[in-house]
Amino acid sequence: MIGPSSSHTAGAAKIGLMARDIFGVQPKKVKIVFYGSFAKTYKGHGTDLAVVGGLLGYHADDQRIVDSINTAQKVGMTIDISTSDEETAHPNTVKIIMEHGDKTFEVVGVSPGGGKAELVEVNGFKVKAHADSNFLLVFHNDRKGVIATVAGLLASHDINIGTMEVDRKAKGAEALMLIQADQPVPKKISKALENLPHVTSVIVFNETIFDK
Amino acid sequence: MMFNTIEQLVSLAEEKEVKISDIMIEQEASNFADGDKDAVFYRMSHQLNVMRQAVERGLKENLKSRSGLAGGDARLLDLYNKNNEPICGNLLITALSMATAAAEVNACMGAIVAAPTAGACGVLPGCLFALEKHWDLSESDLIHALFTAGAVGLVIANNASISGAEGGCQAEIGSAAGMAAAAVTQLAGGTPRQCAHAIAIALKSLLGLVCDPVAGLVEIPCIKRNATATAIALSSADMALAGLESVIPCDEVIEAMHRVGCSIPVTLRETSMGGLATTKTAQEITKKIFG
Repeated sequence: MIGPSSSHTAGAAKIGLMARDIFGVQPKKVKIVFYGSFAKTYKGHGTDLAVVGGLLGYHADDQRIVDSINTAQKVGMTIDISTSDEETAHPNTVKIIMEHGDKTFEVVGVSPGGGKAELVEVNGFKVKAHADSNFLLVFHNDRKGVIATVAGLLASHDINIGTMEVDRKAKGAEALMLIQADQPVPKKISKALENLPHVTSVIVFNETIFDK
Repeated sequence: MMFNTIEQLVSLAEEKEVKISDIMIEQEASNFADGDKDAVFYRMSHQLNVMRQAVERGLKENLKSRSGLAGGDARLLDLYNKNNEPICGNLLITALSMATAAAEVNACMGAIVAAPTAGACGVLPGCLFALEKHWDLSESDLIHALFTAGAVGLVIANNASISGAEGGCQAEIGSAAGMAAAAVTQLAGGTPRQCAHAIAIALKSLLGLVCDPVAGLVEIPCIKRNATATAIALSSADMALAGLESVIPCDEVIEAMHRVGCSIPVTLRETSMGGLATTKTAQEITKKIFG
């Protein structure tokens, strides 16, 4: 990794890269909100450079992070950085809202130390998605049987569900399944899952994006 | 997980009559489907290379961080070491200069290895590369020492914290000193149990250390703390090798570290709202850099 902080630089870059990967394209417009320790020290720790670097597709050991904000301007990515005094569960927390055309996506990431990173919120749903894991985000409508059909389809593709979390906005409303798998999940499986009834969209994330 | 505590780690090594690093290599290999130990070893050799390059760069180049506050201290130590008879002896000053070198490269946003964090990245390379010169250690010895250090960091991360924002500087510099103390004890031929005592002695010395970085940078006091923690790591290893034991068992020290971390106020956990960060000089520096 490049310095100066594993939590505030490397972890932050990983959150940015995870956000970009989940969003699927390089966002045109980004709003970044820092909380807690991130809010107080982001300038000195280069946390802003790191998150933007991740959003540009850089890894935590990419020396280009140092110049990421200038690069973002050159490639036409608009960045709005602010801080919040709002209390968060972890002191190293950042919210990233990405836009591209009419597509928007919001994640909240946490950097617990030593360069680890995890997402704790995706479009308002509570999750716990570690950067060093493989997972699927299955957005769906809260209907009976959806979880079973998703699990069945994964089984037929020889994918074992390691752990799973489900959250919903309200009874019968929008819901999200976070499924962690032991092995990398083929991206093409999202198409098959999206064809299932009541499944609205699917995102596949593999830890291999951090390998080079 | 094969182990969650230092006691389990030491007991496993004793039962199997192997080093702590052998247990850690087995643990790491179990994370991969094919359980390939060579692949795990190879990955660690890469980390060792990055560490080595950081130390070399810090000693060779005329570094200056963007704030202008950091850079050049590793070279001063190196020069002093060559032209004088340091009070603490050449070996220790070599270790301090190398630790400072890596920490200065970090402050300049250069490539380093978080051990366990970037702010504390100098302690382990400082100890290892100074001893490599002194004892003529092999690459394989050093990689093993990194695995031992990694096992210690893993236990601390799982039972306390390695984040300054969560547990103060004791979580970063303290953990680094504990990791390095175990690595060095093993390199010196100490037993796994002596490694545990070395960790405990090092952690106890830095218990309660707060995280109060000036201007929110990872420079003051972080860089010099890398050097002083290197001295603590090496002296803790010597104490354990001499047969000194920590009366409080290592896992209880880690548990205390967790409790102490929870009671450190937020102003002293990487927010630059207290401690050295709010001294008169620090406030002047902050104003100069960020307006």
